[in-house]
Amino acid sequence: MPVLRIPTPLRAYTNGQSTVNVTGNNVSEVLTDLTKQYPTIKPHIFNEDGALRPFVNLFVGESNIKDLQGVDTPIKEEDKVMLIPSIAGG
Amino acid sequence: MTLLDFRLTESNPIPLDGLPAHVGDTPLLPLRRLTSNLSAKVKVFAKAEWFNPGGSVKDRPALNIIQTAIANGDLDNGKRLLDSTSGNMGISYATFGAALGIPVTLAVPANASAERISILKALGAEIVLTDPLEGSDGAILKARELAEENPELYWYANQYNNPANWQAHYLSTGPEILVQTNATVTHFVAGLGTSGTLMGTGKYLREHLPYLKVIAFQPDASFHGLEGLKHMPTAIKPGIYDESLAGNPLEVQTEAAREMVSRLAKEEGLFVGISSGAAAVAALEVARQLDEGVVVTVFPDAGYKYLSDKNLWK
Ligand SMILES: Cc1ncc(COP(=O)(O)O)c(C=O)c1O
Repeated sequence: MPVLRIPTPLRAYTNGQSTVNVTGNNVSEVLTDLTKQYPTIKPHIFNEDGALRPFVNLFVGESNIKDLQGVDTPIKEEDKVMLIPSIAGG
Repeated sequence: MTLLDFRLTESNPIPLDGLPAHVGDTPLLPLRRLTSNLSAKVKVFAKAEWFNPGGSVKDRPALNIIQTAIANGDLDNGKRLLDSTSGNMGISYATFGAALGIPVTLAVPANASAERISILKALGAEIVLTDPLEGSDGAILKARELAEENPELYWYANQYNNPANWQAHYLSTGPEILVQTNATVTHFVAGLGTSGTLMGTGKYLREHLPYLKVIAFQPDASFHGLEGLKHMPTAIKPGIYDESLAGNPLEVQTEAAREMVSRLAKEEGLFVGISSGAAAVAALEVARQLDEGVVVTVFPDAGYKYLSDKNLWK
């Protein structure tokens, strides 16, 4: 099962979990599964039109999905997907 | 004086004062077109902090922290200056460190923008990348750990707790704004990173103008895209931050700040970073509620370091 790694500022919405096991064949499906498991996370990641918010970065392995196929980037069973926060403070 | 007034004269001495002499004294620029819907008696100004030699507001605290440390002998015996940073403070440390011959080590979250990391490397700083999932609080914890493990190697500058941070603004940003507005400023608005800008400038202006309102702003949620700013309720609280100076911070949404960044460029000719967009959103929100007044905020840096964010100026 793919694993989604959650940054500290979003763990308030995943019961404190730093990783969440997710199902799906691409980034979009994986995120949909995340928001099904933890509905309150949804408005933090997606805007009202259902698009990813502009500052949300997702990495599959080492690569930013912006340099791959965006939310259509395929995900394999063993992939680790990372949701990255922006930089805060100082 | 304008550009056309400039004439070479024989009596101009060659300046020998170097970079530190050029920190501060930044322009106070009016927002004109973005304020056209406000009452004619309301003015909004921003300190253009990218005019500093290191390119951001953080030159002020970095220089004051370094000069204070030198005076106290903290950097004797070849000690390295160590701190955590999201980028700008590191660039300022690295700039003055290179100019003054002080080696610099920085704990930086691995998700800091590529431009920032490249600039830090160009200036010769040693960089310790920290877990991007932990953000800037992860970098703070790493810097603390390095400092505790190697006290003979590092002097920990600790920008979040070092009073020389806010004092830099008390000694420069505050007095500049007082003079540049002829003491007419009525509202001072600033974002919260370390809170040094807000605390030092706000304290100085309040002491000289007892009726001045000091207004802080922060991101509207723990997960946000306002680089350089902190959501205080969910982050490690800086030791120098005293909530009583400004009361409850205004909250700025990332999307609103991003849209403002684009408008500032296109409508005011101001090519600035995301936290400047947030500052404009907050300052205009304050200004809209006034019948008359002079609102001053701070634009921490220019847009260059955000160019890898392809959608910002679309
Ligand atoms: C771009 C940017 N904006 C705002 C700030 C916040 O300034 P302060 O640390 O004085 O609160 C910083 C601090 O690093 C910054 O880099």
